[in-house]
Amino acid sequence: MIPADLTLVLPEILLSVYAMVMLLVAVYTSKDGLASTLVWMTAGVMIALAAWIGTTGEGTQTAFNGMLILDGFSRFAKITILLSAGAVLIMSEGYMKSRNLLRFEYPLLVALSAVGMMVMVSAGDLMALYMGLELQSLALYVVASLRRESVKSTEAGLKYFVLGALSSGLLLYGASLVYGYAGTTLFSGIIQTTQSGDVSVGLLLGLVFLIAGLAFKVSAVPFHMWTPDVYEGSPTPVTAFFATAPKVAAMGLFARVLHDAFGNAVSDWSQIIALLSLLSMFLGAVAAIGQTNIKRLMAFSSIAHMGYALMGLAAGTVLGVQAMLVYMAIYVTMNVGTFAFILMMEKDSQPVTDIAALNMYSKREPGKALAMLVLLFSLAGVPPMLGFFGKFYVLRAAYEGGLAWLAVAGVVASVIGAFYYLRIVFYMYFGDESEEGLDTGGSTVLWGFLMASAVIMVLGIVNMFGVETAAAAAAATLVN
Amino acid sequence: MDNLLSIVTFIPAIAALILAVFLRGDDAAANRNAKWVAMFATVATFLVSLFILAGFDAQNTGFQFVEEREWLLGLQYKMGVDGISVLFVMLTTFMMPLVIAASWNVETRIKEYMIAFLLLETLMLGVFMALDLVLFYLFFEAGLIPMFLIIGIWGGANRIYASFKFFLYTFLGSVLMLVAMVGMFADAGTTDIEVLLKHEFAFENFSLLGIQIVGGLQTLLFLAFFASFAVKMPMWPVHTWLPDAHVQAPTAGSVVLAAILLKMGGYGFLRFSIPMFPVGAEVLTPLVLWMSAIAIVYTSLVALVQEDMKKLIAYSSVAHMGFVTMGIFAANQQGLDGAIFQMISHGFISGALFLCVGVIYDRMHTREIDAYGGLVNKMPAYALIFMLFTMANVGLPGTSGFVGEFLTLMAVFQVNTWVAAVATTGVIFSAAYALWLYRRVVMGDLIKESLRSITDMTPRERWIFAPLVVMTLLLGVYPALVLDITGPAVANLVSNYDTALAAAEAASQLASN
Repeated sequence: MIPADLTLVLPEILLSVYAMVMLLVAVYTSKDGLASTLVWMTAGVMIALAAWIGTTGEGTQTAFNGMLILDGFSRFAKITILLSAGAVLIMSEGYMKSRNLLRFEYPLLVALSAVGMMVMVSAGDLMALYMGLELQSLALYVVASLRRESVKSTEAGLKYFVLGALSSGLLLYGASLVYGYAGTTLFSGIIQTTQSGDVSVGLLLGLVFLIAGLAFKVSAVPFHMWTPDVYEGSPTPVTAFFATAPKVAAMGLFARVLHDAFGNAVSDWSQIIALLSLLSMFLGAVAAIGQTNIKRLMAFSSIAHMGYALMGLAAGTVLGVQAMLVYMAIYVTMNVGTFAFILMMEKDSQPVTDIAALNMYSKREPGKALAMLVLLFSLAGVPPMLGFFGKFYVLRAAYEGGLAWLAVAGVVASVIGAFYYLRIVFYMYFGDESEEGLDTGGSTVLWGFLMASAVIMVLGIVNMFGVETAAAAAAATLVN
Repeated sequence: MDNLLSIVTFIPAIAALILAVFLRGDDAAANRNAKWVAMFATVATFLVSLFILAGFDAQNTGFQFVEEREWLLGLQYKMGVDGISVLFVMLTTFMMPLVIAASWNVETRIKEYMIAFLLLETLMLGVFMALDLVLFYLFFEAGLIPMFLIIGIWGGANRIYASFKFFLYTFLGSVLMLVAMVGMFADAGTTDIEVLLKHEFAFENFSLLGIQIVGGLQTLLFLAFFASFAVKMPMWPVHTWLPDAHVQAPTAGSVVLAAILLKMGGYGFLRFSIPMFPVGAEVLTPLVLWMSAIAIVYTSLVALVQEDMKKLIAYSSVAHMGFVTMGIFAANQQGLDGAIFQMISHGFISGALFLCVGVIYDRMHTREIDAYGGLVNKMPAYALIFMLFTMANVGLPGTSGFVGEFLTLMAVFQVNTWVAAVATTGVIFSAAYALWLYRRVVMGDLIKESLRSITDMTPRERWIFAPLVVMTLLLGVYPALVLDITGPAVANLVSNYDTALAAAEAASQLASN
């Protein structure tokens, strides 16, 4: 039994063993001297694992008596997580090196956090859920304060830790209530206690606390307060990481808990999720208008995007989960490109985050400005970019799930949100030529990520590179 | 040639790609190449599009040249034209070479400018050809991006405000349409426009938040589409983005906006609102008719007091679009024929008027009416051409402007006499503002010092106007050129509309008995 179980979670084991071995190797050898190599190696390992997961696993299997579930859904989420984490690592190398931030712990912490995320998305039990979540979060708290001498970075880490601990507390409290009323921590057991469709008040209360804890992790309003500060304070590559892989993992976990454990009580949680979605979309859209720091702006943008992803989830249907997965895949791709651009924003080799610095960027760097333009319109959900299709999917899911009002609210929020994306376009294209702007040039790696992401946003509309079918298959295994 | 429509649609986009990828440098040679590539592409598009017109069978009321391919999410890539859309396609391909020629003197960022216009042409053509809801929406919305950039980069002093207003205003209108499309998809299970045209959407009354919705789902869907098309059209009272956008846009941008982009609204009414939601349309017809009548009178009066020439013409456009919506919602043969005719004719006339403004703006760099006067002394050819289009704008018999106004007024007279009476006064107001503008700019003695050295039109400018003059007069004396093509399709639309209404009437009587 045990060997079979271990084979199933081999990717997770390999990644953790790799991280720990490399930690030892680095400590006993040249420490930070190895960091560059480690970054590339870790990214390579992640991409290799993603390819492995993508090509081997099939069907639905459970490990450790249902503690972990390995199905199409978890595979889809894991591949997205590993690829985006790998991409962000590669993007960080040059930036961190030139700022003297590149420590050997960084890639390994990211790897450990990825292990946590992989456990999260295949969790089949409240304990596994919590373990994955904490492993992921603890690693993130540390990387947020990677820039030790910076007050803001330390503040970001501390804030994230304190609020994260609070949310973990809420989640644990909810888990204990669920355990108390359901008598089991296994999702497959919890769902049986609600077979009749009636959910006891205690279970419902537990569910609400669970949702609150998870909403913190996806930074849905009203549990979003940490996001702008943490995004702003962390080193930019770390911010890029926060905006991508952990969001996918948390959304995956969200879907997992709601459908695997509470799939019989859709009407009970659907309205909560719908409300979270509504608030996130509007707060994200409105609060970003006043931002001048592009990292804070992206924080609010990600809050709004989580609102849209939650809209898919709120529908409580197969289509809803599919829409959420497609949305997250598109969202991650857009964000990788956008952060590649932000990482390239430098003036006299110093990082710049003020959007006014982009003044007339299109004149100096037409190619990069055009790519960013595509990404911004995609983020705003304007056709023909891929971002529009993400929105279309979730709108359709919400409408067919009987949430037409949420769909209407969503499109209204998207118009408000379009304003701040347009404002960046305005600086890049319509600005005043007299002022001095950003440095030109920059790393080829980042340039490559930016261009690839922009090209995907345009060419993806032909067939989405097959992500759609994969997401459909993944959603079908989760929702029965 | 199974994919003639796709070829026509994507020639400009391919040219734009070629410009973006292969054209390097910012010197005179590169700029000249950019212009010639754009010119060549738009002319080629026009020539190829002539095959559509030649192969088009007016008696066939269905869609022709249909292409169909699988796409994402159960959507299709489906293109086709019928008697209603084919002329808009032709209008677009006809106007674009003129627009490029009118932009010959643009000095800043020529390559990007040409790319923006070429992409815009692809997107506009796509709107008129798309036979899938989402594909339509894709083209419809995507057009905002190049237009936003055109106004924002190459526009006048207050271009930032105008570009943002343009984008957000029209974006808000359209996203509601998106929700309605999602609703239609959910209801009919397809996004194929050809199928949806035959699908009957529910029209049973129901109450929403305590309000009784007459016409049920159809009314709601109609309103969502209406929000989008009314803004695009633009109809009073959601027209306020248009004067700002027009005034700030460069000349070529104004021409595209007035000649083609505004027509998307009217086309949308003809393609979606009337045939797909007949009951909803019927319920709201009085409202739309009165909005049109108010638009005609109100915006004509506003046009009278404008001091900026472009703004004046912009308001006159809103008034003329009032005739279009009036004709469409009269929903009879003359009305729909007249509306299509008016849109085509307005494309030529308003485009030409904006070009006229562009001619003197290029020389004097102001659009203030007060800055001009007595131009006839120095610019006789210009005075003649400007007069022709002023008269066409007024609706003088013999020009194309007359036919459209007359047909729509006649149509609405049969439906609602009072609206017709109010709207007819607009004809008089339009004569007032247009002639007064003409007198102030062109007639009189040339007393302004700054105008002493002004020169008449160059051969290039004359050649741009030549096709427009020909089309305006030709359609004025021989309107059958347009009406023969639109007639059968319109007749089919009207009979379907009446049948659907009769069926709905019978059903509701059955329900009440």
